[in-house]
Amino acid sequence: TLAERTNLAGVRHILLVLSGKGGVGKSTISTELALALRSAGKRVGILDVDLCGPSIPRMLRVQDSAVHQCDSGWVPVFVGQDKAIALMSIGFLLERPDDAVVWRGPKKNALIKQFVTDVAWGDLDFLIVDTPPGTSDEHISTVEALRPYQLLGAILVTTPQ
Amino acid sequence: SSGDEALRDKRARILSRGLPKQKPIEGVKQVVVVASGKGGVGKSTTADILTITFLFLTQTKEVGLLDADIYGPSIPKMMNLKGNPELTPKNLMRPLKNYGIACMSMGFLIEETAPVVWRGLMVMSAVEKLLRQVDWGQLDYLVIDMPPGTGDVQLSVSQNIPIAGAVIVSTPQDVALLDARKGAEMFRKVHVPVLGLVQNMSVFQCPKCKHETHIFGADGVRDLAKTLGLDILGDIPLHVNIRETCDSGQPVVISQPQSDAAKAYLKIAMEIVRRLPVAPA
Repeated sequence: TLAERTNLAGVRHILLVLSGKGGVGKSTISTELALALRSAGKRVGILDVDLCGPSIPRMLRVQDSAVHQCDSGWVPVFVGQDKAIALMSIGFLLERPDDAVVWRGPKKNALIKQFVTDVAWGDLDFLIVDTPPGTSDEHISTVEALRPYQLLGAILVTTPQ
Repeated sequence: SSGDEALRDKRARILSRGLPKQKPIEGVKQVVVVASGKGGVGKSTTADILTITFLFLTQTKEVGLLDADIYGPSIPKMMNLKGNPELTPKNLMRPLKNYGIACMSMGFLIEETAPVVWRGLMVMSAVEKLLRQVDWGQLDYLVIDMPPGTGDVQLSVSQNIPIAGAVIVSTPQDVALLDARKGAEMFRKVHVPVLGLVQNMSVFQCPKCKHETHIFGADGVRDLAKTLGLDILGDIPLHVNIRETCDSGQPVVISQPQSDAAKAYLKIAMEIVRRLPVAPA
């Protein structure tokens, strides 16, 4: 099947981290969760689809890393103490990490599709997908692009406010 | 050379032909947008309270508040307003009013718990309606509460109407500052003047022992302001009263006008009005 021959073929479970509200800790929790799963011996990847405000590279201090191409697409940046967590974020594709991404929906959708299909994730137990606030293009495109695969589910992050 | 300049001008003119023309909203004298880039730093709270505070300043007569956060409209709750807007004979939506402020929000058009799962194009259309199909009347200021990010809504608003100035809210935290910086750059790209930055959640004071903790870091916003050559409009502390009163629909400047928090907002409102004085009738 198509799903078997793609870059996500080796990913066992995909976990979306959502919230609706901004600033409740999605990126923080995605990062900490990935590190915790790694400590438990799992193979982990993080896909940061927050195109306007990619926080994860900075949280893991890899904001100045560059992304390289291989036969099957983009090679993710490897982070964490043992450099074994695969991370992809728009932060790595910008000329300067602090550049603003002021894009409308269709452009965002195109990039998200690429992030899902053109990153050489390899064999992972968990792929954690960090999303931006809201329920918009990024979310719709991500879910649509991930539909053929083993979408484990989503966790919702919120504060008591 | 003048040949290059002529070519650049021609290119700019051709490119701008596809863009919507900026048209002011009838009756609205000055538009102030409150944005951040980062979510959850207090845009809606700040926009809401500042709008009310504008009314306290003697020269300001009429103000409006537009909640452009289509996905997560907070203004109805903060302003204690509910219900579908009435239509005027001209088929415009009548804004809902509380505390003297004319408000419009996506929240009045949908169920409180209904999600808005829309792509950019539909969002653009909704924002147009919230801007133009509302009977705003004569307003000295229209404050627009923007959603987080730097995308469709921000672009649609800045391309559609002339904006007198933007206020960028941030906490001192690194990841918030990153996004605030992007927000500032976005406004630069669309030629909207940035009035300054607001440092929100700057410090927390323990209600028991009064010890101060800078939960999100100290002075990050001041440093960013310096780097970007922008002014700091003010600091707002992290105080449980601000959140509690907003959640209950009685913002702190109304329910506790003598508090430090209320005074902080008043100071910021005065700074904004100083930079954008009330236009003569």
